[in-house]
Amino acid sequence: MNDYVIRTEHLTRYFGAKRVVYDLNLSVQHGSIFGFLGRNGSGKTTTLRIILGLLAPTWGSSRLLGYDSQELPPEVRARVGYLAEGHPVHGWMRVKDAQAYQSRFYPKWNRELFHTVLEFFRVDPKTRARHMSRGERAGLCLAMTLAPEPDLLILDDPAIGLDPVARRSLLESMVYATRQSDRTIIFSSHLLADIERMADHIAVLDYSVLRAQCSLETFRSCVQQFVLRFEDAPPKLPPIRGLIQCIPQAKTLRLTIVNVTRDTRATLQRLGAQAVDETPITLEDAFVSYMGGTLQAARPAEFAGQTQVVGGVQ
Amino acid sequence: MPLDIVITTGSTAPIYRQIADQICRAIAMGELVPGEQIPSVRALAEQLVINPNTVARTYADLIREGALEAQKGKGVFVARRRPVFTKAERLRRLDAVLDAFVNEGIHLSFSAREMCEALERKLAELIPTSSEE
Repeated sequence: MNDYVIRTEHLTRYFGAKRVVYDLNLSVQHGSIFGFLGRNGSGKTTTLRIILGLLAPTWGSSRLLGYDSQELPPEVRARVGYLAEGHPVHGWMRVKDAQAYQSRFYPKWNRELFHTVLEFFRVDPKTRARHMSRGERAGLCLAMTLAPEPDLLILDDPAIGLDPVARRSLLESMVYATRQSDRTIIFSSHLLADIERMADHIAVLDYSVLRAQCSLETFRSCVQQFVLRFEDAPPKLPPIRGLIQCIPQAKTLRLTIVNVTRDTRATLQRLGAQAVDETPITLEDAFVSYMGGTLQAARPAEFAGQTQVVGGVQ
Repeated sequence: MPLDIVITTGSTAPIYRQIADQICRAIAMGELVPGEQIPSVRALAEQLVINPNTVARTYADLIREGALEAQKGKGVFVARRRPVFTKAERLRRLDAVLDAFVNEGIHLSFSAREMCEALERKLAELIPTSSEE
């Protein structure tokens, strides 16, 4: 039916004078597992809340499952599972109460799925929510989000505060959730390892602006690292298009460059290095260079203009 | 039938390539034999706790390369014929291991001649008839 489950156009939100989300054109394809990346305060939660219709944009628009986010009919809301940041629960409730309460809001409620997720997190159903560990609480929240069998899952930093075992349970639950084919999952995270395991597409927000939106593979292949070896001290660099990080050492230069072209390679060859080697780069290094490159930190204004350095918005 | 695959996050190799390499190695070592069934996309995704789309992509690549074959309604199996890579793919793979070989050789301060000799010695040991063909 609709190719995109989420689509925003020029989505912008100010809180007073503070710009939180700026001119965001985000598209999430049906059936994908979409990783939402960005440093703290980059606008991820605000974006998700606008998409869910919990917050109005200052301007721009957002559509969810084909409907305007600001005018979602209840039956469309019921098709969306939202896990809010921080695993909020009603402290006095036990598992049974939470299920009885939550299930009334939805036309569908899968008890088996609810208990399967609780088992992944080894939650004792008799505990009151306020006495649960962070991981157990996350399990309860996730079980309540998944049990209505939503078509779209929106998980806002679901791994926050989880120990490695609970984190693995979270990922297992996410993989389990994809058993319902055609389900789309969008999740935000700071954990590149989780993004690597789970995401097929990513969006990167930085200072309220969308910096990249593409498949995970495209992101990896667009960020490349080169090591140039010189006989003596490396020369001063000419302007290189797409250069995001430069680490000079005694006789080497380590350059991280996005969207390398034939011209870029020619420029590198002309620097008079003895050897120009491309070295493989991990997702984490690619991301850190991309987001926090030394040059970028020095010149944020220039980068603010380059919204989509990697990938494109359809 | 459980496939003994270990994936590492934070590696320079993407997960789909780690899986592909380990399946190919298992086939080369005879741990997986032609005609043997391998786990479904879903089963392997749940075993490794990764996105099923990644496993599906790996299988699709390996089927295209001829290492695996899909039988409608039955599952995915190790191909009965030898995998046939395109010339470009064979060159790419050869280039990757050559890079590692040359880099390590230079790092250990061997000359080009010494490295060539070492390679020839190794080839003579492993493929004794190659020079007579």
